[in-house]
Amino acid sequence: MNETVEDGAVSGLVAVRGVDKVFKRGSEEIHVLGGLDLDIPEGEFLALMGPSGSGKSTLLNLIGGLDRPSQGTIEVADERIDNLSNRKLAAWRARHIGLVFQFYNLMPVLSARRNVELPLLLTHLSRSERRKRAEIALDIVGLSHRMSHFPRTLSGGEQQRVGIARAIVTDPTLLLCDEPTGDLDRTSSGEILDLLQALNREQGKTIVMVTHDMHAAERASRTLFLDKGRLSLEPSV
Amino acid sequence: MAGPFNWLAQILSIAVFNLRTLPQRVGSSLTAIFGIAGVVAVMVGVLSIAQGIMRTMERSASPENVVVLRSGANSEMMSILMGDDVRFVSEAPGVAREDGDALASPELYVIIDRVKKGSGTDANVPLRGITPPALEVHKDFRILEGRMFEWGLNEVVVGVGARGEFEGLEVGDVIEVARENWPVVGVFDANGGIAEAEIWVDAAVLQPAYQRGNSFQSVYARLESPDAFQAFKDALTSDPRLNVKAMREADYYAEQSGTLYTLITTLGTLIAVIMGLGAVFGALNTMYTAVASRAREIATLRALGFHSGPVVVSVLLESVLLALLGGVIGALLAWWAFDGFSAATLNWSSFSQLTFAFDVSFALLVNGIVFALIIGLVGGLFPALRAARMPIANALREQ
Amino acid sequence: MKYALLVWSNLKRKKTRTVLTVLSILVAFLLFGLLGAIRQSFSQGVDVAGVDRLIVRHKVTLAQLLPSAYEARIEQITGVEEAVAQTWFGGIYQKPSNFFAQLPVEPAEFLDMYPEILLSDEERDTWLRTRTGAIAGRSIAERFGWSIGDRIPINATIWTRKDGSQTWDFELVGIYDGAKKGTDETQFLFHYDYFDEGRRFGQGMIGWYVVRIADPERAAEVSAMIDSEFANSPTETKSEPEGAFLQAFANQIGDVGFIMTSIVAAVFFTILLVAGNTMAYAVRERTNELAVLKAIGFTDRGVLGLVLAESFVLVIIGGGAGLALAWLLVSLGDPTNGMLPSYFIPTRDMVIGVVLIFVMAFVAGILPAVQAGRLRVADALRR
Repeated sequence: MNETVEDGAVSGLVAVRGVDKVFKRGSEEIHVLGGLDLDIPEGEFLALMGPSGSGKSTLLNLIGGLDRPSQGTIEVADERIDNLSNRKLAAWRARHIGLVFQFYNLMPVLSARRNVELPLLLTHLSRSERRKRAEIALDIVGLSHRMSHFPRTLSGGEQQRVGIARAIVTDPTLLLCDEPTGDLDRTSSGEILDLLQALNREQGKTIVMVTHDMHAAERASRTLFLDKGRLSLEPSV
Repeated sequence: MAGPFNWLAQILSIAVFNLRTLPQRVGSSLTAIFGIAGVVAVMVGVLSIAQGIMRTMERSASPENVVVLRSGANSEMMSILMGDDVRFVSEAPGVAREDGDALASPELYVIIDRVKKGSGTDANVPLRGITPPALEVHKDFRILEGRMFEWGLNEVVVGVGARGEFEGLEVGDVIEVARENWPVVGVFDANGGIAEAEIWVDAAVLQPAYQRGNSFQSVYARLESPDAFQAFKDALTSDPRLNVKAMREADYYAEQSGTLYTLITTLGTLIAVIMGLGAVFGALNTMYTAVASRAREIATLRALGFHSGPVVVSVLLESVLLALLGGVIGALLAWWAFDGFSAATLNWSSFSQLTFAFDVSFALLVNGIVFALIIGLVGGLFPALRAARMPIANALREQ
Repeated sequence: MKYALLVWSNLKRKKTRTVLTVLSILVAFLLFGLLGAIRQSFSQGVDVAGVDRLIVRHKVTLAQLLPSAYEARIEQITGVEEAVAQTWFGGIYQKPSNFFAQLPVEPAEFLDMYPEILLSDEERDTWLRTRTGAIAGRSIAERFGWSIGDRIPINATIWTRKDGSQTWDFELVGIYDGAKKGTDETQFLFHYDYFDEGRRFGQGMIGWYVVRIADPERAAEVSAMIDSEFANSPTETKSEPEGAFLQAFANQIGDVGFIMTSIVAAVFFTILLVAGNTMAYAVRERTNELAVLKAIGFTDRGVLGLVLAESFVLVIIGGGAGLALAWLLVSLGDPTNGMLPSYFIPTRDMVIGVVLIFVMAFVAGILPAVQAGRLRVADALRR
């Protein structure tokens, strides 16, 4: 224990300890993670792989504060998040987490810029400041020229880049990506992965990416395989 | 090409298909049904008031009866007939006779205040002084409870409507008229006619109490037959000694209720139309939602070769079905809640209270349901057209 | 305010649905306004009745007459300032459906009694001078297109003239306005002297007295004193405050207020269903988006607020437009073309309308909003 805490104090941005998540299906209880430990140092680009139902997304949700573990503790940037109230957790997410989804999950009724600006509504920034930051974020993902387009007029790759811009606009501590290339063709996937890699290397963003795709995982600085609630460095069979 | 049978089969299969998805749209379908039910219930309810007043008036009239008033008078309230006038009227040709006596009833009509139940404030209740022939002329008159008053005594009988709507009119109660106490000795009905709102008393007793001498206000007479009216009327109007007018009872009562009937019908229709507009918006919303939620299915069917005609018809069919259901519920609700509900209002022409029962007639129910169907048709048409016009390729992609 | 765009964009998502919902809400509030005006006109004048005025009438019924000699006796009673006689003329102008009140009065006393009847000094003087002169309310003057100087024949139904004719001729010398909303502008007023000398019977008899008292607090006491003055005489009286008298008269028509309220309740219940259903759909089809908002860091309460705000925008636009339209329609004149003595939406009803807008917005939006607020992000995103 002591070792780990010390270790965390030095470089561990995320510390997951003995975490389990129980889902009830009827009277049956399903233990998804079964006491899992995981440390993610700052600046890492971690890829999580594993078969469907292995608990990758559950783990991602727990780290991102979208859900609370049934047991165990989760610390992110020296802060326990497993016991925060819904309200505090929401505020915490707004400050620390950037999320990228497989199906982009953009608001169809808002333009690209407004979509990116959305998380900034939760801050105390002025209107012009919000606008400026959203434009910078869109510039980073290379979509300055598509700012006023609505999601349905953008290609899948472009929508995902808006999604990434939205995730990084608040300058979050941690970028969590759930199958970010799962719905894209090879070319677009490559571009998205280039972008994530650049964010990791040039801006020092800590990224956790859940993926099915070996090619995507190759871009990460570390790849872990999750199966039946156990993490390993190699895929099990 | 698609024959009629093919068309019908297409409509049926789409309609069945649509209805199967109905449970997924329970919320909006129920909204449409209850929205339309509400509109129909209010419409039928308000119009049943007018209908009830109309029916009361109709029931008051018998075809061979006439009313004689001083010419220029619009109601008994404003009329005055002297003893001689009355005699000339009863001697006029065409008046039926029984044992040599003319069936002509000279009557007095005054108003007394009674406390209206519910509001607790005074209302104008008609007090009618009658003479013995009245019981032959007003042949629907029937004592329900207690007994008839004694001729020559200060006693009254009360119509069932008046007893229900005003306080202190039960058998055994005493009303004060012209500073004398007059006991209520009986309750009568008159086949639902206007008389049921009145209190009846011997005219010979009422005349001195109201310092009326030997004057009356109206003569109600029974003719030998309805056809005798023209001769009777001509005889009266051509008699230089008389300045009176004669009307068939039916015409008289229709005139009495005309303003009230028009006012209620106008306001009722206005309210119904505005509410109907609201219901059309509701129905449109429901059907647009219905079409939108099935855009893909409809497109799939059309991709498979279904025509757009059956698509339109099937959507309309559903909308009309929902409206029909709402209409029937609303009509039944109105019938259950309002039919026979008794009430009283001020009849402007006689300046006195008129008791009546709300009348939810069959025709009114049918009108309500027809109104619902119109709402359903209008509400379904535009969504149906949208469904048919939707480009297949787009709709297939929608989720 | 920064969330306004988000709310607005969401309402624009399904334009047809939003417009239809707004329209149905508009209809509900339009009806609310119109029925308010109708109800008001049926309870004619109760709101504007003078608190310092009593009505003294025959004990048995208004339809029986009182001696004009009572005026002096009433005026001697302590607490009474003045008494003015009025009589129901009940004549017909052109045709029976042209109904309006015609009252023979003592012009000077009458105008003194009713300060809310506004007449120019010039018209007032002419009326006092002109024996056959009459004044009419603005509303009926406009309804029949009368102007000053017109000769107006009215056919008596009760008051035959001495020569046996039914027609009374009047010269219109003034048109009055009401000082307050709700003042009856449908009256036709003429000289009592002209009337009393011209009628064949009933000389010296009048319909009822309007009595002004010094202290409204003592209305009941003064009423009792007046009635006891004439107790045990052949014509006993019944006195009551003007408001109570008018209320009783309005009650004769029936419980119009109750009927109107029932209709409005039925309409609102229906529209509530429509609006609530729209909001429920708006939430259901956006489950995913709402979850994303929460994932981004919106709190449960924030999302609840967003959905509720949509409901408020819908109902405020629809309800506000409905009330405004009702007000506009009512100010254009009443649908029965002058049969209603006054036709306007009372301020109180407008205030209730505005309150109802907020109540309805809350009720329609709260269930879907709570549902949206309770949404569990992890579950919703997995769909």
